[in-house]
Order: sequence, then structure tokens, then C-alpha cells
Amino acid sequence: MNTQPKLVVIGNGMAGIRTLEELLAIARGHYDITVFGAEPHPNYNRILLSPVLAGEQNFDDIVLNPLDWYAENGIRLHLGKRVERIDRRRRLVVAGDGTEAPYDRLLIATGSTPFIPPVPGNTLKGVVAYRDIHDTQTMIDAAAVQRHAVVIGGGLLGLEAANGLKLRGMDVSVVHLAGTLLERQLDATAGKLLQRSLETRGLRFLLNKATAEITGNDAGEVTGVRFADGESLPADIVVMAAGIKPNTALAESAGLHCSRGIVVDDAMQTYDPRIYAVGECVNHRGVAYGLVAPLFEQAKVCANHLALMGIGSYKGSVLSTRLKVTGIELFSAGDFLGGEGTEEIVLSDPAGGVYKKLVIKDDKLVGACLYGDTADGAWYFRLLREERKLGELREHLVFGETGIGDAGVQGQSRAAAMADTDEVCGCNGVCKGTIVKAITEKGLFTLDDVKKHTKAASSCGSCAGLVEQIIMSTLGSSFQEAPKAKAVCGCTIHNHGEVRKAIREHHLLTHREVYDFLEWHTPNGCATCRPAINYYLLSTWPREAVDDPQSRFVNERLHANIQKDNTFSVVPQMKGGVTNPSELRRIADVADKYHIPMVKVTGGQRIDLLGVKQEDLPDIWRDLGMKSGHAYGKSIRTVKTCVGSEFCRFGTQNSTQMGIDLETMLANMWSPHKVKLAVSGCPRNCAEAGIKDVGVIAVDSGWELYVGGNGGIKTEVAQFLCKVKTADEVKEYSGAFLQLYREEAYYLDRTVHYIARVGLAYVKQKIVEDADSRRALYERLLYSLDGLPDPWETRVGGTQSHQYIPLKVIA
Amino acid sequence: MDMKATPVWTRVCEVSDIPPLGSRVVERDSGNVAVFRTARDNVFALLDRCPHKGGALSLGIVHGESVTCPLHAWNIDLASGAAHAPDEGCARRFPVRVEDGAVFLCLD
Repeated sequence: MNTQPKLVVIGNGMAGIRTLEELLAIARGHYDITVFGAEPHPNYNRILLSPVLAGEQNFDDIVLNPLDWYAENGIRLHLGKRVERIDRRRRLVVAGDGTEAPYDRLLIATGSTPFIPPVPGNTLKGVVAYRDIHDTQTMIDAAAVQRHAVVIGGGLLGLEAANGLKLRGMDVSVVHLAGTLLERQLDATAGKLLQRSLETRGLRFLLNKATAEITGNDAGEVTGVRFADGESLPADIVVMAAGIKPNTALAESAGLHCSRGIVVDDAMQTYDPRIYAVGECVNHRGVAYGLVAPLFEQAKVCANHLALMGIGSYKGSVLSTRLKVTGIELFSAGDFLGGEGTEEIVLSDPAGGVYKKLVIKDDKLVGACLYGDTADGAWYFRLLREERKLGELREHLVFGETGIGDAGVQGQSRAAAMADTDEVCGCNGVCKGTIVKAITEKGLFTLDDVKKHTKAASSCGSCAGLVEQIIMSTLGSSFQEAPKAKAVCGCTIHNHGEVRKAIREHHLLTHREVYDFLEWHTPNGCATCRPAINYYLLSTWPREAVDDPQSRFVNERLHANIQKDNTFSVVPQMKGGVTNPSELRRIADVADKYHIPMVKVTGGQRIDLLGVKQEDLPDIWRDLGMKSGHAYGKSIRTVKTCVGSEFCRFGTQNSTQMGIDLETMLANMWSPHKVKLAVSGCPRNCAEAGIKDVGVIAVDSGWELYVGGNGGIKTEVAQFLCKVKTADEVKEYSGAFLQLYREEAYYLDRTVHYIARVGLAYVKQKIVEDADSRRALYERLLYSLDGLPDPWETRVGGTQSHQYIPLKVIA
Repeated sequence: MDMKATPVWTRVCEVSDIPPLGSRVVERDSGNVAVFRTARDNVFALLDRCPHKGGALSLGIVHGESVTCPLHAWNIDLASGAAHAPDEGCARRFPVRVEDGAVFLCLD
């Protein structure tokens, strides 16, 4: 007998099926699953109906789950069967044709129904809604033989329908009750710009118009629309796009509590604990969402509860909007209308067709409304979601991400202007066309999906913003990126901040304790979360938590840097870039003795031995007699220096010695990501301190400290922290800053990302203004570094020798 | 005619020679073999070459019954050698036998 509990899903649309996908991913086989769908089609991508209507795609392109998918996952699928009744006492659902299905858990995902204005004639032949592929096909058929179309409703759906019908050759009028288009997504100025641009495409608009009646002929066919002011228009087809309402009829008839949607809690559970609901039919905390990304967030949470894990909770979503009309760029998000306590930055160029309004509150971006140039929509939305403090960003904000001195890949190309053959991800050679194809063919919605399927943005991540733009421009109005603080990885629902907090507040000391306490889904994590947790444990509880070599990336386990051919590179420590003839001789001897194929000077003023065999590593370290330069770790790397006052005729301080002292102080320091420093002896800044995590520039009266610079993926100029007088102060302030970063940053965030998250003002408060805080941080740094051994020396002494020696050699 | 040669089992080490969630390497002229040990002390052996770009799987991070290649983070299933979707490819697997704590591989 089958003992699996039975799960019945009512609604074969995007929300219901996404929930099943999430469920299958975490608890395959837990349920015997049955799905009822009123439409005769498998699950398709409702967002892409507009491109189908516009003739840019066809139905097969937008199917998300072909019939095979249901079969492969053992899902019983009832297509074309509308569920008429839920019998909550006997726990079964009954479809229109009499099909019955008993349930242990029921998921309602009935979506929404179009709102049809209650005017006479609204049931005439030729009056259509715009909700599903059937409606779309009706419009396509009508456009082939008919002439006049009237669209009632100037919202997103109405405009997309109007645009599609126009492209199919119809004469289209849009009737709208309000005075401007998209009044819920755009302010009046942007609405007017949009109207003008659509008018140049041949659409006609009748604003402030109330429909009184739809007129018809004797055959019951539509002939026209009459308005409250007495005017009328001829019409062969009338598209009702006046809005949608949650489809709650079935739930209500079953006695479930509904109020503008089926009311659910943060676990997506209805008032009947056996019944869950997701998608557009739901009212969560008073909001019914009509866009896809919130539905997907709900699906994830709901699946988690159906899988009996019971740890997810849905807290609502911030929304953004985009119109899916090719060639028209508009974007809005958050509170773009503004109001009390908010400030606005407006850039308006009506002749150029560009309008940008940014709404700011408490130094944070809370809303954005863009028209004409929406390339920065994704960036603004990210700022909004992350609630980033704007600080100095503010004065350049309106000019977009390129306006902030971005010299990296992220700023150079923009999704909309790119050709399909343009490369997006330079690391993995992925071009725009490949990403767009994967999004449409495989039904991808999130950055993570795209990373997995195309590899774009999966290496250095610098193109992540661009990929987000491509997702937005491909999916159009309904796209919205996932929750603002992403989970560490698929093993958990917790984000980095939550994991750090739990480790700190509950004194967790081992991987096991973290996995148990935070209810990890996997037995021992994965290659993404294990290194992060290892770092959090070590940095939070120095000298208490024990390092786990198996949770370190190979480089940090072997203390050398793996190369493409599985050989390694060896970079000995050379403090401040200063060496001597004896060290150079030993390096030369080692290079000869071990047949090192390449000896190269690094960017950090050191010498790199490349092409070293794994088993030679300990012998080479012994022969070198030098310490590890940590050129392989999420750790201190090097302190680059210039010649300084010892030799240079411009030098104001002994920058070389300062660099050596800093590098000595920070030796063996692990950190969330690599840490690079530089010390220049005068403002000419030959050591390039302006692009380092900590940059020190000597001036005649002391030292200037800069933080958060980065010369890598995306060039970031370091920000001025403060000026100090003595070398000891340089050590104390830099040390305190780095300890703050070590204690609070998320794993793999560089200092620039950390500062962007907390704000430079916060860092200054902790380091410059509060002397007690600074000294305490500095002492904690010294405490955690004190006594750390040089890893090469311990390995020459035999530690972890199994890492370097093969088990057995078989010819 | 003897089509099925009797498998030859080569003793390579003790289970305890391999760190839990770690691996060791058996060097071989025809390609090194990585021997993995999971948290539950199951032992698996794969050709030490990622099907993607030849990364040494023995140097990857072992989790559950998978290993993540150190070069480009492909996840490889230890039991089958197959790459996790959406990546495609397979590393050759070798049969493993554990007897009284000793690990034997069939390297034919």
C-alpha cells in the first residue's frame, strides 16, 4: 500500500508548479502528488504572453514544464479539469467532470481572474480578457480579420495588449479612467512621456473616460463602445484589461477565510492548517501580489513547510515594474511618488525623452521612476532592496552606475544596447544571446538560475549586475529579483548575517554545532558554505574554534595557489617588497633544483615560482627558508611600499619601514576575502595606495589613511578615513579597521563591499571617533594573531604531510 | 573462453589514512586515482581528472557524497562520477571494497 501522504495542487500555473519544483528539490518522494489545471496546457510562462501577442515568440517557446516533466516526477496531472468543490471534512477535491482526489495537504494556486467592469454588453462575442494563452490566441485570430480594437484599461496589461494588437495591424484605442497612463507605476510626468511615445507608434488614447456600455448587433457581436459623456467608438474586439482580482471563489465556497485574496500567514498557510495557498490568489499581510518574483519567494517558503522543514517565512516583497513593450524603456520601484520626509532628485529631458526621478529618505533610496533610460534600473533596485546608505554616492546617483567612476566591466556595456553576440561574462565567455536563450527556453527567472545554466556571472561575478539587467529586459514587467539578503547557499535558508549572529550569540564552535543549530538541509554543507562557516568560526572565536582543513579551498589547505594544470605557485613573504642577496640566491637555487618553469615578479612586489609540483611543496619551502607570503588565501596578502624618505628625494616618511611593520603585524591573518595594503612615502603615491583595502600615504605632518580601495574586478578608489601623526597610530587605526572588517563582513566581501553595506560614517564612528572602540578592536586583532605559526614552517615540520604525499605509486 | 577476467583488487591504504571529508591519491601511469572518504566513512574512487578541464578532483572539497572540483567548481557525484546538472560529463569510477578497515581498489 502506498503510505506517502497525498498532496493535491489546484492550479497548474507558475506559482503552483514552482512550489512543486522547490518541493521536489528538497523532499523528492515525500508526497504522492496530483495537479489539477483548468487550462488544457502544461505550465507556461504567463509573463511572456505579450511577446506571443506581439508575434515575437510562439506558445511552444513559453512552455515551462512540458508534459514529460510531470511524468518524470511521478505527478498525476489532470488537464482541462476545473476543481469545483473542496470537501474539507472528507479531505478531497472534486473536479467538474466528477474526478475526485483525496488529500493530506492541499495547495491552492488558482491565480487571478480579470476584473470585468459591470457595464451592459460585457458578455458580447468579441469581448475578451487578457489572462491566458486562450485570450491571447483569440486576440491574434481577431487581429487577422478585424480592424478596430478598443482596450479598456491603461495599465501594464492594457498597454501590452494594445501594443501587440497594433503590431498585428489593428487600429487600437486605449480607454483609461485616470488622467495618466500607468498611474500606479509612474508619476504624471513619466506617464505623459510614455503616452507621447506610444502615440507616435499609432496608438490612440482616451483618458478620463468612463465606459458606459458595450454595444452589439443582433448576432450578439461587439460593434462599439459608448462612454459616459455620450461619445462612442467603433469596435470589433474589446479587450478588458481593467485589472485583476484574486480568484478566491473555490476557497470561499469551501469556507476558507478570504478578504481580497485567500488570507495566509507567513508560512503561506490558510486558516485550515492542511491547506496552503500561493500566488496571485493570496492575500499576505494585506497585499495581493501580481508579479512573478514575489510568487516565487512564496513558493520557496511554502515548499519548505510542505517538506516538513518548517523554517521558512515569507515577509512580503518590494516590487519593481517594467513595461514589456519592445523599444519603450520604463522602470519604477518602491515609493516613487514620494511624500512627507522624502527628498527627490529629478533629471528631466523631455526633448530627449529621458526622465528620472529618485526618491530618498534618511540617506537611503526608497523609490525610483525611470523613463527613456532604464539601464540603471537594476542598480537602483539593488540599492533600494539592500537599503544601502547613499553617502557620497548621492551626488552622482542620478547619473547611474557609470556616473560613479566605474572603470570595470560592469559599467562598460549595458544590456539594452548590446548585440546578441556581445560578451557579457568575460570569465566564461558567455554572450548576451546565450543568456537570453537560456532565460526563455529553460524558463529561468533569477540570477542564480542563469549562473547555473550558462556559467555567466559564476566566476568573478563582476557581470552580475549586467546579467540582472538582461533578465529584467528579457522577462519584462513581472521580473523581480529574489529576496534582498540571499541565503548563504542551497544548504540553508539563512543569510550570512544570520549565520554570523548565531555563531556569535550562541557561542557555536564547530561546523557540526552550526549545522545542527541552524538546521542545515545537508549533512555537511557544500563547497560554498563550509569555507564561509570555517572563517566565521575562526574569526569569531579565535583560539577556541579549531580550523578544519577539509573546509578550506585547496589553496588554503595546501598553502599554495593551484594553477590550471594542477601545479602550484609559491610566493614567499617579502615584507614591504624588500629582499636581499641571500634570499634571492636561495630562490634561484630552488628554481634550478626543482626545474621551476617560470619565475615571475608579482604585482605585489614579490617573486612567484610557477609550475611547482604538489609533492615538491614542503621540500621547496624547506630549501627557501622563507615564510609564507599567503598569496593564495582569503588572508593578508602583501603591503606594497615605495622607497620613501630613506632614498627618495621627495619622500616625507619612511614608508618602506612602515610597510614592513604593518606586514609583520598582520602576518598569518585570515580574513573574509584577500586584504592588500600599500604605503606611499609622499602624495605622488608610487605604491598605488589609492586602490588598496588599506592605503597609507605619508605627508609631511603624518600619515593619511584610506580604506576600501580595490584594483581588481571593478576599480574602486579608497575613501579617506582619517589622518594620524605617528607610525604607532597607523598600526592601531589600520589594525582596528581590519579587525572590524574581520568581525563584521560577510565571507567573500572585500573591504569595499563591507563599507558599502555599513556606510563609511559607521566605520569612522567605530575607528576614528570612538577611541575605546578602536583600542578594543586593535587588541582583539593582536589577540587573535598572537602566536599563529607560519604555515610553511609547520608543514616543513611534518604537519598535514598526507596532503602532499601520494598513497601508493602503481606503475 | 574466459571473457570475464577475475577482478584484481589492489590494497591501497587503510580507511584511517584518508581524512574524513578528504581524499588521497594513488599515482598510476595511466592516470592518478583519487580515493575519497565521506563523513560516514564510505570510500569512493574516481579518476583524478574533472571531466570539465582536467582539475584534480582529489584536491576538491568533499561534501555529502559529492566533490567540488578546485578549478571551476563543478560538482561531481562520488558514487557515479557524473557531474551534477546542468553540467554534463563523467569522471571514470573505480570499484572500491573495504575489508577490516583496509581499502581495495579494482584498477583494471
